[in-house]
Amino acid sequence: MNVMGRPEKRGRFGEFGGVYVPESLIAACSELEEAFESSWVDPEFRSEYYRILSNYAGRPTPLTFVKRLSEKLGVDVFFKREDLNHTGSHKINNVIGQALLTKRMGKKRIIAETGAGQHGVATATAAALFGLDATVFMGEVDVKRQELNVFRMKLLGTEVVSVSSGSKTLKDAINEAMRDWVANVESTHYCIGSVMGPHPYPYMVREFQRIIGDEAQAQFEQEIGGDPDFVVACVGGGSNAAGTFAGFASKENTRLVGVEPLGGAAIGRGSPGIVHGMRTMLLQDEFGQVSEAQSVSAGLDYPGVGPEHSFLHSIGRAEYYQVNDDEVLEATMVLSQSEGIIPALEPAHAVAWVLREAGKIIPNGSKVVITMSGRGDKDASVVAELLKDRLA
Amino acid sequence: MTLSLSSRLDLAKSSSKKILVPYITGGLGGDWLEVLDAVVAAGADAVEIGIPFSDPIMDGPVIQEASQRAIESGATPSSILGALAKQSFGAPLAIMTYFNIVHHAGLERFAGWLDEASVGGVVLPDLPIEEMGEWRAVGKAHGIETVQLVAPTTPDSRAKMLCKEAEGFVYAVGTMGVTGVRSTLSESATLIGSRLRGFSEKPVLIGIGVSNPQQAKEAARSSDGVIVGSALVGRLLAGEGPDGAFKFVAELRSALDELS
Ligand SMILES: Cc1ncc(COP(=O)(O)O)c(C=O)c1O
Repeated sequence: MNVMGRPEKRGRFGEFGGVYVPESLIAACSELEEAFESSWVDPEFRSEYYRILSNYAGRPTPLTFVKRLSEKLGVDVFFKREDLNHTGSHKINNVIGQALLTKRMGKKRIIAETGAGQHGVATATAAALFGLDATVFMGEVDVKRQELNVFRMKLLGTEVVSVSSGSKTLKDAINEAMRDWVANVESTHYCIGSVMGPHPYPYMVREFQRIIGDEAQAQFEQEIGGDPDFVVACVGGGSNAAGTFAGFASKENTRLVGVEPLGGAAIGRGSPGIVHGMRTMLLQDEFGQVSEAQSVSAGLDYPGVGPEHSFLHSIGRAEYYQVNDDEVLEATMVLSQSEGIIPALEPAHAVAWVLREAGKIIPNGSKVVITMSGRGDKDASVVAELLKDRLA
Repeated sequence: MTLSLSSRLDLAKSSSKKILVPYITGGLGGDWLEVLDAVVAAGADAVEIGIPFSDPIMDGPVIQEASQRAIESGATPSSILGALAKQSFGAPLAIMTYFNIVHHAGLERFAGWLDEASVGGVVLPDLPIEEMGEWRAVGKAHGIETVQLVAPTTPDSRAKMLCKEAEGFVYAVGTMGVTGVRSTLSESATLIGSRLRGFSEKPVLIGIGVSNPQQAKEAARSSDGVIVGSALVGRLLAGEGPDGAFKFVAELRSALDELS
């Protein structure tokens, strides 16, 4: 298997991936796989997908050299600006692809889980654009801490279901979305928001997100020349990271770095397990009960990770590191004040790692591309509370 | 001595007796072993015992709550199976759980626990046949039967294959949805029952959404019997205990016996 190519049979990335779903969903996973495979090689599908991403979502997004931060750190830092997409994050890339597939499959309803609300907002947006009914499942904790996005989804005409089981965060929103899907699979497409779940999702979502990496690679080559030394992205389920890595996986001199929250470090602190349709690295207790993640960032507050990341880690092609909530808040401040870019808390993890490791893991003079996966508006109230003493 | 599912269920099927398999959540309440005894005494042909999992995607609110309560009160795979190992029951037992519980224990070790607990079968709703190879080999070596689930959305060709591969019984998913109490029996329940009986020599039992004696009888007309979970577990959550369980299962039994 070539790295970040097509997975093996039934969506295997080495020992990870697979299709661990109830029999009731097997037919739907096969139907989706066929729809995706035939569409992804269909020039008409591709051109419609690119057309919408360009004239509706605003692609291509720029690659921005961040000068003051670079001078301060002694490394050249470039941001791939997914925060400038319509709806404010990379999530729209995937959702446009899946919404087009939903239409192709003749389904009228789309459901999604969301943590930070960015995937929920993107789904609600696509539902409005394509005239689909939409329901988004969101943990009760996240409904509170991402209230701006809850409002946006409602305004866009989507039903938001607050999930109060388990940890009341992303993991439980996924459980509830899966249950809805089991009950309504014939009319409904489940639009998973990251490179996770049963095959074909991890592969399909990575392909819909690879536009990030493909664009960034071409921009880097054209504007700077050569290949970056590091490509860095935050990892929740891992879609912005997988999309970014896909553009650079064949560049042997480019180190691929995924940054996890310390409290949701499936790769750093987990072990192989099976949840949400996939075999992957997972935070779990000694009996195999899935643990609750703990992160200031709703979008990374997840005890699992996409199976391809587990694989890239196992073969050493990508490296995964952790940062804590304090480092993330610090990075949010630094970036806002040195570059005029207010990041979402998720990509602030990637920035925090670069702030910490410049001159250490990252040698002075290196060229570093960071995926700025989303903008920070949604986190304003959480960050305001946490930084209230420092901004008084 | 382990009672296999097929030893008991094949016999029932060949004597045209309708089969009743109640489900209870292992470790739910201090009296769950007494509940198990009561369920057997009330006429269960086999009993499914759930090992609770933190993320039960095939389960509705009732079994979710039962699972959470059991986990919070300290139930673990080994505590549940260890308790079963100390006692014998007059009916075969099947464990129903999610695959991570098995995977995390280690397949061989888990099968060993089942052996010691005289458990004859397993139902693993998130382990489809394509991912089942390794487990089936281990299970078989320990004489454990692995049930196959078949859904209303399963096409005929695949349903035939699943019926052929099934051990113990065929779990016919009666409705598109998760476990839970429903006010009426879904039309898909009767449809899947008669469809699968044409494919299977093993007993075909309808589960998911079979909620009362009337529905059990209706479902059993087109199948070999039923699995009843949430309706029973709901009574246990409400504090009805072994007596309430006995009474409810006895009612199911006599409704089914009207067809025999
Ligand atoms: C801006 C942003 N970045 C990253 C993520 C994490 O998702 P993923 O790891 O799939 O990119 C989210 C999820 O909500 C997000 O909103």
